[in-house]
Amino acid sequence: MVKKVITGNYSLAYGCKLCRAEVVAAYPITPQTTVVEKLAEFVANNEMDTQYVKVESEHSAMAACISASLAGARTFTATSAHGLTLMHEVLIWASGSRTPIVMGNINRAMAPPWSVWADHLDSVAQRDTGWMQIYAETNQEVLDSIIQAYKISEDHDVLLPSMIMEDAFFLSHTTEAVDIPEQADVDAFLPPYDPPEKLDVDDPKGFCSLVMPDWYMEFRYLMYEAWNKAKKVIYDVVEEFEQKFGRNHGALLDNYRCDDADVVLIAAGTSAATAREVVDEYREQGKKVGLARMRFFRPFPADELRSLAKEVDSIGVLDRSFTFAHGGAFYTEVAGALYNSPSKPMLKNYIAGLGGRDITPATLRGLYDELLQMKENGPGQEIEWVDLKDGAPHGEVP
Amino acid sequence: MKKRWDPKSYKDLPYTPIMDRPTTHNKTGVWRTFRPIIDYEKCTKCYICWKFCPDAAIIIVEEEDRKVEIDYDHCKGCAVCAEECPVKCIKMERER
Repeated sequence: MVKKVITGNYSLAYGCKLCRAEVVAAYPITPQTTVVEKLAEFVANNEMDTQYVKVESEHSAMAACISASLAGARTFTATSAHGLTLMHEVLIWASGSRTPIVMGNINRAMAPPWSVWADHLDSVAQRDTGWMQIYAETNQEVLDSIIQAYKISEDHDVLLPSMIMEDAFFLSHTTEAVDIPEQADVDAFLPPYDPPEKLDVDDPKGFCSLVMPDWYMEFRYLMYEAWNKAKKVIYDVVEEFEQKFGRNHGALLDNYRCDDADVVLIAAGTSAATAREVVDEYREQGKKVGLARMRFFRPFPADELRSLAKEVDSIGVLDRSFTFAHGGAFYTEVAGALYNSPSKPMLKNYIAGLGGRDITPATLRGLYDELLQMKENGPGQEIEWVDLKDGAPHGEVP
Repeated sequence: MKKRWDPKSYKDLPYTPIMDRPTTHNKTGVWRTFRPIIDYEKCTKCYICWKFCPDAAIIIVEEEDRKVEIDYDHCKGCAVCAEECPVKCIKMERER
């Protein structure tokens, strides 16, 4: 094992290389560009045996990945923000054709206002496309998640594509020490992709065919079944990964010090790393707080949330995006999962860190303080925009 | 001829909609309203129609001195060939 000090973007590139992706089709966009630059360098130096397809848009990049995957190749792409949303149509083709493509997405705010900084709206807006979604907290998790994602996606019970998210700049352009596993270990963990069906010129078949109204629902139901099976596969792969590589980033919901917690904050991405620090600090002061990191937003960890709800008085849900619904996307879905749950803790939604604004330990201390008082004081304003500059002289705004 | 697909339950379906034959099996020629007819007296075998046909429904028949033929099973009658033909040897006739 080699330890390298690399950015999240290079973690994506090294992960893709270790998984021996056979086709990479990508279009550059800030802040994803160094992912595909590094991959182009690997291919040019013959360090990867890969067909690198240069395309004219993200829509074409995804279309190329689908075709290559249908032909039986392991495929990879990476994008961000407007690139991801331009792919929207083809993302649904990818999941419907059951192609286990793996993609890196650098979470960047959607314009306008024009922004290149961290915000989850780009991928949250793709939650209904049938892609699995992993929100990484560290550069190590970015790399490890690619290896896990191929294994999960290519499982014949699953056959669904995966996207791995990293926060713009907080991970994409920040270096961390990352263990690069040995190629032989990754090869042993992840055998070559073996599709149940593939394009074959000697035995031509029609893929992505028309289905009349009498059978369309049944094909969608098969995908629903695959989603349910995916949850078990995720647990199995995470466990096998830990045995092989000694690291465990959690499965669907990554609970940290939740066991005897009174209050829990749900967060995803790098803000969860900050929350972890605040949890440790508050635990030392005897405050029973925990963190439930939304590692997978798809498949949605409904059962895990219901188990958590049994143990805690209050849950705060931090959304680093806003979807113009009754609260952020994480909040509405958490609330939906808990509506028919026998245990219903108090819930509150915090909208924070949009467009790359820092979510600092001070900000999160404020949220935990409020959550700790919620049993007595009630949730107050249900959907709160944190650190909003509204002219009121309350505290420090970063 | 392969056995006709006759599922009873979603459990009988393939994991994704895959046809056991390519789409050339679909005789889309029945969609046609106008039928192209080649006047072989005027045809110079320039193959511009073959190049332009959006449905690959113009075939070059090797064993007949490389003459062009319309594949009426798949030609949808778009008339691109008639429009592009430099010697205007393709006329479009209404199907009956």
